[in-house]
Order: sequence, then structure tokens, then C-alpha cells
Amino acid sequence: MQAFTQHNGLCVPLDRPNVDTDAIIPKQFLKSIKRSGFGANLFDEWRYLDRGEPGQEVSTRKINPDFVLNQPRYAGASILLTRDNFGCGSSREHAPWALEDYGFRTIIAPSFADIFYNNCFKNGILPIVLDSDIVDQLFKQVAANEGYALTIDLVAQTVTDPAGQQFSFTLDAFRKHCLLHGLDDIDLTLQHVDAIKSFEQKHRAASPWLFAD
Amino acid sequence: MAAKTLYDKLWDAHLVHQNEDGSSLIYIDRQLVHEVTSPQAFEGLRLAGRKPWRATANLAMPDHNVPTTDRAAGVAGITDPVSRLQVETLDKNCVDFAIPEFTMADIRQGIVHVVSPEQGATLPGMTLVCGDSHTSTHGALAALAHGVGTSEVEHVLATQCLIQKKSKNMRIRVEGKIPIGVTAKDIVLAIIGKLGTAGGTGYAIEFSGSAIRELSIEGRMTVCNMTIEAGARAGMIAVDDKTIDYVKGRPFAPKGEDWGKAVAAWADLHSDEDAVFDCEIVLDVTDIEPQVTWGTSPEMVAPISGCVPDPQREPDSVKRSGMQRALEYIGLKANTAITDISIDKVFIGSCTNSRIEDLRAAAAVAKGRKVADSVSLAMVVPGSGLVKKQAEAEGLDKIFAEAGFEWRQPGCSMCLAMNADRLEPGERCASTSNRNFEGRQGQGGRTHLVSPQMAAAAAVAGHFVDVRDFTLESR
Ligand code: SF4
Repeated sequence: MQAFTQHNGLCVPLDRPNVDTDAIIPKQFLKSIKRSGFGANLFDEWRYLDRGEPGQEVSTRKINPDFVLNQPRYAGASILLTRDNFGCGSSREHAPWALEDYGFRTIIAPSFADIFYNNCFKNGILPIVLDSDIVDQLFKQVAANEGYALTIDLVAQTVTDPAGQQFSFTLDAFRKHCLLHGLDDIDLTLQHVDAIKSFEQKHRAASPWLFAD
Repeated sequence: MAAKTLYDKLWDAHLVHQNEDGSSLIYIDRQLVHEVTSPQAFEGLRLAGRKPWRATANLAMPDHNVPTTDRAAGVAGITDPVSRLQVETLDKNCVDFAIPEFTMADIRQGIVHVVSPEQGATLPGMTLVCGDSHTSTHGALAALAHGVGTSEVEHVLATQCLIQKKSKNMRIRVEGKIPIGVTAKDIVLAIIGKLGTAGGTGYAIEFSGSAIRELSIEGRMTVCNMTIEAGARAGMIAVDDKTIDYVKGRPFAPKGEDWGKAVAAWADLHSDEDAVFDCEIVLDVTDIEPQVTWGTSPEMVAPISGCVPDPQREPDSVKRSGMQRALEYIGLKANTAITDISIDKVFIGSCTNSRIEDLRAAAAVAKGRKVADSVSLAMVVPGSGLVKKQAEAEGLDKIFAEAGFEWRQPGCSMCLAMNADRLEPGERCASTSNRNFEGRQGQGGRTHLVSPQMAAAAAVAGHFVDVRDFTLESR
């Protein structure tokens, strides 16, 4: 996993609440057995006017000029600003894969759906929860200023706007540690092999029916 | 000892290790695996040269991509090559890693969340995960069950554990006698309408109260299934006699001496009398009506006697624009009576409502009636091969066929339209599934979530109707 320490990037506003993972990456693209290549179909039904199918040549597709990601001023954005409950619905990790593959490193919202929030950290994306008033303020600023970029500092846990104004955010120490160092969860867990084995032994003795192979 | 909630008990019984910041290693008793969210997990194992920690703790089956029409040609008969590859990949991975699998040809195959309880592979007191958000279903049997992402599927395969932070406790007490014509689906839709789609975020929800106890185990699964639609990963219900009766004799259930021990252990699977919840909600079911969603989020729901709400009356601007966008997508005007909404298709199925009781309830409405001419397709998709067999033994397939419904093979089908079953742009569907998101049942498709009997009634009428106005022939 890609480590995350500091990031400065262009911010794009997606002004709607409850953006679900079906919208982030529609189901037909979930048929892939690979982990990469989902970026071309991120927000597919909003981004394009024709129906997207796996394996299609993207350059020939009809772009929806009204969708915010397609507006030239937001080309190359790596910070997604959005509203409440982002990432709700299906648990598909294809959603963070698509966001990451498109180039997003950070998503800022007043709240996230649990499973999605968790999936982000496994893929080097930092989901940042800020107060809805601050998010509102950021929405206004993005709209008013072309080229609006934010600086994210994971160590200091701050978001800094172009005027130098700073907003702090919170996150779990464990998640922060893993993201900062790009650590693999499985390796970390396997450091506890003995604890797992001894738990398993006790568990098996107490509830043998759970181990009826 | 401090009083514990059911969730506290399940958590504590599976805690392997706790870090200083509260993130913990939780032991997982069962993982369910399907073809969509597992290929990258198996690939990860392969790349790292790892083996499953305990292969038999897993149970796999294809469900999302499988065709619901002719299955005679097996996997080779899946016409979409990308879908076929995904199912083939699951089969291969299960062979390579010795994971038990119900393949497409197995009569036990079906939607993971229908099959696992049916087989007794979901047991009270278990921790259970699956790369699928509707894993919350299994909480109906007093298990701690929730969806995970693909990295976590791999993590559980490799370590039999999950890194988790404990959620907060919420209790939703559903009290009162359930009115006739009102089902578990209506209850859970009403709960989501009240709580909102993010109301449960960060919580594990326990459902309790007289109405929950009145529900069958299958009804309880419907309620827990949609917990995720209220933002909570896990929903659960305490063990009672119905739970024990349901589990008894199922293929994976404890046998012999173990059965007695298990039942004794399960008796403790309820919240202690004085357990403290971080949040508690009470819902009275006595005035709930059959529910119909009108928008593109499950919280956008109205009683059958109601109307599509008017965004102009919504004070919150973010909500107002969300409502406007939803109405635009769904093609409805504010203040339209729900019963004036005509439909093009009907889908009875999904892990929410494709169990035998759901099919019986829908058949009771369909019996002796005909699907309206204006409805181009009404389909019934049983949740598993065994549900299908049972329904056929009861003659339900005939009732549906005579009424003009299509009787299909088990799978997820038009719940998410990954196979050939889908809505065309602009088509409107009465669906017993769980998500009415934009494009969920096909790009541009419009979904209204309802109970099985409401879906059957809508099929007959060609528009939404109050199923309580139907005289039901007793079966
Ligand atoms: S039936 Fe629908 S919700 Fe349930 S597992 Fe299948 S796709 Fe997911």
C-alpha cells in the first residue's frame, strides 16, 4: 500500500449527500477479477452519457459535460470534497480502488459510511471528517476560486486552505500509523500468531461445534 | 460483573487482542465467500505465498453473476464472458485453497445470506463476515455478522481474524401487535425512514421488543438484512425458542452431545436486564402501514396511503436538493398519491425477501389472479435451490406461473442486475430487494422497495395498491 504523509492537491466538489458505492463504481465493472483499472469507470453513470460496459474503449465514449469531474477546471483533482454519508451501500472495495486509480488521495466529508471509511485506509486513501459548517465553507471557497488546492498533513492531522487557515481532524492512532507507513494489515496481524492460536484453542474447547470440519 | 449488551457479549467472546487505541483483533468463526469480492483476495494470498488459516471456516458459492434462466449448460452456459470468468475463478480458487463451495450445479447454491442460515452454517453466538454489506442478515440468529471489504476478506482468509474497533450500542425496540398486511419489510423500512440512512453509522443495532419476538426467524432476517441501509454494519436479535427451533437439525448445526451444550451456551445470548445502550429508540408498530419507497435512498419511504413528499416543504437545503434530484431521477411529481404510481416490472427476490415465507406470502396474493397487461415482466427468483425445491413441492411455482409470473433459478438477479436481469432506462419496478439507488437495477431504472405481498399486489394491479384491500384466499 502507498504510504501517506503529506499531500497537496486540487480539490473538486461533489455536492450531494449519500453518494453510494453503486454510484462510485457501477456493478457491471465489479466483474473484473483484477484490482486495478477501475478509475476509468469511477462515477460512470454520472460521468458519461452512454451506458458503460467493462472492456469498452473510454476515448470513444460520450462525456457528460455537466458532471463536475469533467469540468476542465477540476482536471487532475486529487481531493474530493463531498457531503454526508459518502460511500454508503455496498461494501465493494472496488469503490476505493476506483477513487485511488482515478487519482484521489483524500476525501473530505462531514461523515462517511463505516465499511467504505474502513476500506479507504486499506488502499492509501485518507478519508477526512470535518464539521459540516467547515465543509460548507470549503464548498463555497472551491466554487469561488479556480485552482483551489488544499494541503493535508497526516502527521499533524490538519487540512490547510490556500489562505493558510487550518482545520484539524481526528482519526484512530492505529489507522494513522498504518497509513503513514503504508503497512500491510496481514503482516501486522501475523505478529500475533501465538495469541490467535491460543485463543483458538480455548474457543474450540468451549464451543467445539464451531470447529466441526 | 458489569451488565452487557448482546453485542458486548459477542465481542468479548471473540476478542483475541486489543491495541492501546482500542483497535482489536476479533476472531472470525465463519466467512462466506462469493465470486464478486473474492478474486482479488485469493490473488493476494497467492502473491504473498499464504494459505488460508482454516479453510473449512469458509463457505463459498457464486450468486451475484449466475443466470436465473436455463442452467443446463452449467458455468459454461453463462453467456457474458466476464461473468463467466468470475464464476470460474471462484471455482478454481476454492479448489486451489480447499475452500468448501456450493457450485452452480449444487442444489444448495443460492444467495449467500439465504443459504448459510438455511444450512445451519450461521449459528447463534458466531462471528460471521462476508465481502458483502448485507451480511448483517445473519444477526437474526444472535450472531455478530457484518460486511467487509476485499482486503478484509483476504485478511480473514489468512489470519481468521479481523482488525476492528468496537461500535457503539444501539437498541431499537419495536413494540406492539403487528397489523395484518404489515411485514418485517415494512417494519424495517419504517425504521430506516425514521432513523435515516446514516442514523445507525458507528453503531451495532440490537432489535428487540414484542413485535420482533412475534416475527419468524425469516422475518427477523429481513429486518437485520436492511440494518446496513440505516448505516449500521451489524444488526442482531437475541436468542429465543424460535431461534433454537430454526437451527435444529440443519446440516451444519451441532449434533448429538454438542447440541445440548450449544443450546445451553446460547441461552446467554441476550442483553442483560440492566445493560446500557448508547442510544435507544422505540417504535410502535400498531400504526405502521405497508411501505413503499418513492426516491433513490431507502430512507425516502412513505406509507401506501401517503403521497410523494414535496421538497418545497423541506427546510434543510441539502436534503431538499437531494429530494429534488431523487424525484427527477425517479420521474415522479411531488404530492402524487403512492397508489397512482404505475409500474413496468416486478421483482420478487434478493437476500431481503426470497425465502420460503416470502414466496408463500407473494403466492397468496397472486393465487387466482393475473399480472396486469401493462406489466411487461414479473419475476420470482428464489433465494436458493432448496427454497426453490420447497416452493415447487408446495405448488407455489404453479400459482406464480398461472398468474403470469416468471419462475427463475436462484441468485441475486435483478437485485443488482449483474447478470442479464435488469431494468431498461426509465423502467419502473416494484422490487422486494433492499436498495433503490440510482442505476441499482439497471442504468436509468427506477426502483420502489416493497414487501413480497405488496410487490405481488402491484403486479396484479399494475400500480401500487394497499395489499390489505385484497382478499387473500387462505392456502
Ligand atoms: S441479493 Fe442483492 S443485496 Fe443480497 S447479496 Fe445479492 S446483490 Fe447483494
